Amino acid sequence: MPLPETDPGRQFRLELRGISKSYPAVRANDRIDLTVAPGEIHAVVGENGAGKSTLMKIIYGMVRPDAGDVLWNGRETQISSPAEAQRLGIGMVFQHFALFDTLTVAENIALALPEKLPLKAVAARIVEVASRYGLPVDPGRHIYTMSVGERQRVEIIRSLLQKPGLLIMDEPTSVLTPQAVDTLFVTLRELAADGCSILYISHKLDEIRALCERATILRGGKVTGVCDPRRESSNAMARMMIGADIQAISSARTVSAGSERLAIHNLSLPASDPFGTTLSDISLSIRGGEVLGIAGVSGNGQQELLAALSGETMFADPQVITIDGKPAANLDPRQRRAIGLSSVPEDRLGRGAIPSLPLSENALLTNGGPDSVRGGFIRLDKVKAFAERCIAEFGVRGGTADSPAGSLSGGNLQKFIVGREILQAPGVLVVAQPTWGVDIGAAIAIRQAILDLRAKGAAVLVISEELDELFEIADRIAVIASGRLSPSVPRGRFDRDAIGLAMSGQFAAASNRSEASRVHSV
Amino acid sequence: MSIRFELRAQPSRTMVWLSPIIAITLTCCVAMVIFALAGLEPVSALATFIFSPLADLYSVGELLIKAAPLVLIAVGLAVGFRAGVWNVGGEGQLILGVIFGGFIALTFGPTGGVWVLPVMVVGGAIGGAIWAGIPAFLRTHFNASEILTSLMLNYVAQLWLSYLIFGPWRDPAGFNFPQSAPLAPSALFPTLIDGTRANASILIALVAVGLGWALMSKSFVGFQLKVTGLSEGAAKYAGFSAKRAVWIGMLAGGVAAGIAGVGEIAGPLGQIFPTASPGYGYAAIIVAFLGRLNPIGILFSGLLMSLLYLSGDVAQMSLGLPSSITGLFQGTLLFFLLTADVLIHYRLRATSAAGAPKGAANGL
Ligand SMILES: Nc1ncnc2c1ncn2[C@@H]1O[C@H](COP(=O)(O)OP(=O)(O)OP(=O)(O)O)[C@@H](O)[C@H]1O
Ligand SMILES: [Mg+2]
Repeated sequence: MPLPETDPGRQFRLELRGISKSYPAVRANDRIDLTVAPGEIHAVVGENGAGKSTLMKIIYGMVRPDAGDVLWNGRETQISSPAEAQRLGIGMVFQHFALFDTLTVAENIALALPEKLPLKAVAARIVEVASRYGLPVDPGRHIYTMSVGERQRVEIIRSLLQKPGLLIMDEPTSVLTPQAVDTLFVTLRELAADGCSILYISHKLDEIRALCERATILRGGKVTGVCDPRRESSNAMARMMIGADIQAISSARTVSAGSERLAIHNLSLPASDPFGTTLSDISLSIRGGEVLGIAGVSGNGQQELLAALSGETMFADPQVITIDGKPAANLDPRQRRAIGLSSVPEDRLGRGAIPSLPLSENALLTNGGPDSVRGGFIRLDKVKAFAERCIAEFGVRGGTADSPAGSLSGGNLQKFIVGREILQAPGVLVVAQPTWGVDIGAAIAIRQAILDLRAKGAAVLVISEELDELFEIADRIAVIASGRLSPSVPRGRFDRDAIGLAMSGQFAAASNRSEASRVHSV
Repeated sequence: MSIRFELRAQPSRTMVWLSPIIAITLTCCVAMVIFALAGLEPVSALATFIFSPLADLYSVGELLIKAAPLVLIAVGLAVGFRAGVWNVGGEGQLILGVIFGGFIALTFGPTGGVWVLPVMVVGGAIGGAIWAGIPAFLRTHFNASEILTSLMLNYVAQLWLSYLIFGPWRDPAGFNFPQSAPLAPSALFPTLIDGTRANASILIALVAVGLGWALMSKSFVGFQLKVTGLSEGAAKYAGFSAKRAVWIGMLAGGVAAGIAGVGEIAGPLGQIFPTASPGYGYAAIIVAFLGRLNPIGILFSGLLMSLLYLSGDVAQMSLGLPSSITGLFQGTLLFFLLTADVLIHYRLRATSAAGAPKGAANGL
């Protein structure tokens, strides 16, 4: 496919020549060339572990390349630290957020700004940028109280405030809602029109096609192609990324729903911190062989609901939550796991895994049943075998049972964590953002695994901001807004606009709409 | 040429064991410089310093008898440290062991039989556990920092013991010296090696090492403690109770220190003094970290610390240096160890002067 030949006289904002970086286990970047012109929105795509984040960290001065040159505005430059990168005018949104948990939003952002401003002024600018770009955050809030979706907004606002000449965005939309993504894209196009170059990483090819004018495709650390994504089909790009066609998932839609496996009865829970969400009067019921999707804008009570279900939050009244009819609301996570409820948290590094421990011990984190622990002692061989099975069955690449979890690429760790729960064949699975940051192939594999679990009679609750994902795997969808849960809508009556309305809290309007649409379709 | 640190893919197993050796070697170098500055011949002074505490069987016995409480307490503390529970009250917990064990010895020793010593050990353990339980309770119920509470309780314990020895427990036949009556033979640990003071409390320390090892590296409880220490969020998600970790961590240290306290009065001292412990509860913190919170490592670091204590006496007697040199060398050793430990997770790489490494680089 012929590309618009770049004018040799034109200067690139950024040019990479022959960048290589090896880690002990893999060659993460292998002689990579890449150019970005001023005002260009350039996508970097590839499978999990292809080396995208590594390359971005090299540009941002966080990782040193083993070989190769970086040219900034045509001049060879050594970027040896993030501070230097910021001085040059490079901003970055990290895949695994780089925020201080115990500081507020304003404090975090003030730290990243080149000039020293009073916190009040920073807060004012945050509010201004936040409202202009449709990314609501409260500058006075502490990071540790925020969900991953909210943290992502903070990361983006921070990078926008820096007024960069090059903006690196490593999966910035992985936990943003479709509406927030749309406004973000408007912003990015404005920035680009002002001459800011953008390096954009995402696994969502339709986003790339909507936003980017050029894409560099990586596979196994090497550049396998450069194309204009607007002129390629998603399938063609996927083929370049994974070297094979992507397969559709087989949904086996006809699983007949069994008896009720998970139920919540009028659950109310006051917020535990001033910025948390109060859950009010939530009820739901999921039967075996059924997937219930919960849609909603991050920060509307998803975190609290997940904690209530997993057992991190316990209730005095055991009847509020029942698992297979057994009252369970007063049980802790281990006890709930013992009666068949597994959960996958949204925060994979701070909760779902411990970066410094090997994968085998991370498997033991939730797999402490009689298979792995006997008489109080760990059966190391079993634990290792389980981790290896998880690695093999879920295609976790770049690590063995002995590699620390922190050395895996983001998507590969996600596969491991989801695999760890699914392999234990729970009767009830509660999972938040199941395909956060995984590539198309792996996302399909994970969704397929969830559907296979459902086919075996499990009840699955999926909390996700990705509507497409829910449309694909859910049998029913409910919406959570301001701590309240809407009634669920069965598959076949899914309506993107109605759900969108409900996400903003207008349950009544939404149900009228879907009533109306049902009448129409009759 | 510049040198920089680079994260290793996996922590180096070689360096885990090499790093203490590097630290000891560097400490010896510093020691020789100090000896030279003090006008001594460095090599022979170092040899005297290291080897004279090991010269004869009696000295070896002394080495063991000093190492035993250090190892015992350090293993107990390490259980807590791994879980992020910072018990710095080992000294007070040891003194409670002295008080509880001492009470049993003074009350039942003169008339009792062979059961007195085991009861003292259990009593000491209970005493230490109670003293460690107070900070654990305050932490789990009021979120009070166990560092401060356990530390302050050290002073309370010390004053309580002083009160007892200056008051009710003072030996009527002791010419008014602040000391208790000598303990009855049934309240003393039997000697293990003839001609030395090495007694059966050494065996208790060895058992603690075995138990500690099994707990920390083989048991699920040990794994839960480790997870709690590493990541609060992950522990919550997995359902490992943080309160339970605080209790286990504090009590392990308290029980160990309490038993060590009994070992002191029922061992070399044979009597209760207001200064029953020469700071073992504090030194054990260093021992625990020197041994990298691993019971086997603690066994060696305990022996090393014990050697440093004895060498301090040697320095005073035959080298004419103040015995506080022990503290200096302890600090130096810890400093070098922590420095060398960086090499467990990082390796050194030589890079070209330009900064960006081009082509092959040498790794350590
Ligand atoms: N600090 C590290 N130590 C060892 N290996 C690493 C480290 N960081 C990355 N790797 C390895 O380098 C490879 C590339 O990782 P990278 O994070 O760049 O992938 P990615 O393309 O961003 O993937 P994802 O889409 O999953 O985020 C992976 O195989 C990963 O395991
Ligand atoms: Mg990445």
